[in-house]
Amino acid sequence: MELLYACCVGVLVSCGIFLLLRARTFPVVLGLTMLSYAVNLFLFASGRLVVNQAAVLGYSTSYSDPLPQALVLTAIVIGFAMTAFVVILAIRGRADLGHDHVHMAFPKLKKGNK
Amino acid sequence: MTHLTILPILVPMLAGILLLLPPSGKNLKARRFTSLTMALVSLFVAGLLFNHSLTGEIAVYAIGNWQAPYGIVLVADIMASMLVLLTSFLALCCVIYSLGGDDEAGSFFHPLLHFLLLGVNGAFLTGDLFNLFVFFEVLLIASYALLMHSSDKQKTQAAIHYVVLNLIGSSIFLIALGIMYGVLGTLNIADMAHKIATLSGDDVALVKIGGLLLLVVFALKAAVIPLQFWLPATYSAALPVVAAMFAIMTKVGVYSIIRVYNTVFGEQAGELTQIDSTWLWPAALVTIAFGTLGVLAAKGFRQVIANLVVVSVGTLVAAVTFNSQHATGAALYYLIHSTLITAGLFLLAGLVAKQRGKVGDRLVPARPIANPMLLGSCFILLVLSVVGMPPLSGFVGKVWLLQASMAAELHTWFWPLYLVSSLLVLISMTRAGSQLFWRHSSKQAIEVKLSRWQISALLLVASCAPLLSLFAGVISDVTMEAAAQIHDVSTYSNAVLGKSMEGR
Repeated sequence: MELLYACCVGVLVSCGIFLLLRARTFPVVLGLTMLSYAVNLFLFASGRLVVNQAAVLGYSTSYSDPLPQALVLTAIVIGFAMTAFVVILAIRGRADLGHDHVHMAFPKLKKGNK
Repeated sequence: MTHLTILPILVPMLAGILLLLPPSGKNLKARRFTSLTMALVSLFVAGLLFNHSLTGEIAVYAIGNWQAPYGIVLVADIMASMLVLLTSFLALCCVIYSLGGDDEAGSFFHPLLHFLLLGVNGAFLTGDLFNLFVFFEVLLIASYALLMHSSDKQKTQAAIHYVVLNLIGSSIFLIALGIMYGVLGTLNIADMAHKIATLSGDDVALVKIGGLLLLVVFALKAAVIPLQFWLPATYSAALPVVAAMFAIMTKVGVYSIIRVYNTVFGEQAGELTQIDSTWLWPAALVTIAFGTLGVLAAKGFRQVIANLVVVSVGTLVAAVTFNSQHATGAALYYLIHSTLITAGLFLLAGLVAKQRGKVGDRLVPARPIANPMLLGSCFILLVLSVVGMPPLSGFVGKVWLLQASMAAELHTWFWPLYLVSSLLVLISMTRAGSQLFWRHSSKQAIEVKLSRWQISALLLVASCAPLLSLFAGVISDVTMEAAAQIHDVSTYSNAVLGKSMEGR
């Protein structure tokens, strides 16, 4: 299970970084989302991976660490809000600037040189 | 007054909510009145907390009465409460300035400003690393929206870069926290400092990775090279009053570096002690150099100031790596000075740009300024202070920092670089001043009435330059005391963990 889990996180991170390095806002937003999924999984694993253990103290003699679950929940909520914001901002950028290049100075420079 | 510690967080939150609800939500006059009143209340509360912390007792507030290390605690030592006071004062100045008309340029200026204040105050007060992450996000999302206030194309462009960079930063922050939690089993700063001493074997290497990842995040927030490229574009694109408020945000990064690497990675941490210094020292020097080059190359007055922020961050981070009580005291004094003065310069840039018409703050000859006496005097006062000329506040901070570098025996690198940087800043500020105030085109001055709100806010901030040097003795005593508290890890963790420590 650990191997599968680690591979999942690794693949998500590498996909995320690959997409972040693209020069357009839409892949960058997707990359950020991938990265935040990977981070959530990683945070969850920081309490150690165990099976068949209750999540809450007091209901079982052996229990899994509840704190990482609370952390992940917070991280998901914040990540969700931030993704929503960056999507809106990307649409706004597309409307304002007429293109979706991340490196927006590039087309501008060309105009100036004419 | 047991709940005093949490009030600097609750009051801005209440303010933000009140400002969104009727009658303030619709009515501009009511909104302005509420915003100004709540900013004053925030300042008052911050003053009370600061006054309390001066007794030397570290106020610890367990949220929901869940005791540390299991619950989240707020810790108000002198450094934290001093910075909260500074932030509240800055927010008040920005609110006053915005009453001159900038708050109408877009929607929700006042609530966002108070939410930003909430996030910054929370980041200063919290004693828990995950909570620090949460407050970082609160202040960031407020800053994203403020950056877009009265937006144009240039702002959208700067905002996309700023938001994407900070989102990547947040991901790295969470990864670092995951690693630290996985090894240490706690995210309470005091408890981490306690547990890090007991590590052995591979765990040490893991915590080192976590610690250095955290450093990447803090360096991004503080704008230390090579993570500072976002700052000049962002700060010069923002509305001047927003940029003035942003002056505190890089300081949140510097504060986090001071807090985490002096407490968690303090002297009890064995081979992990001060793992930041090896990386931060060269980075700080290059940051100063790069910021200075940016100041020289800038084409607009606001870009000049934004690059001055980079220089001040480099200076602060250099002082942090000296690792002595004396240097930390100097850094805190310099932090207060540079925050207020750069904020004042941003406000001034807004007024100057308004009177120059279409040219704005670009450093080219344009129509003369209608109020050269007032704005020019403020310019001289602020610039002399930022360059570090006697008798103003910059000079005190500069001499103190140079002395501290002597004590740390790092002066062979620091002195020449810092002094040459000051000279170059002086040259480029002289150039900026003569362009803005003396070289006119043949056009007539346009009568743009400056609102009395804007002028009073500017004078309020500008008066800090002489006041900070007039009361330098008192202030430096306080910052030295704050520095002593920062370097005394055991008192800190005893105050936070209290009786639960004795059982272990």
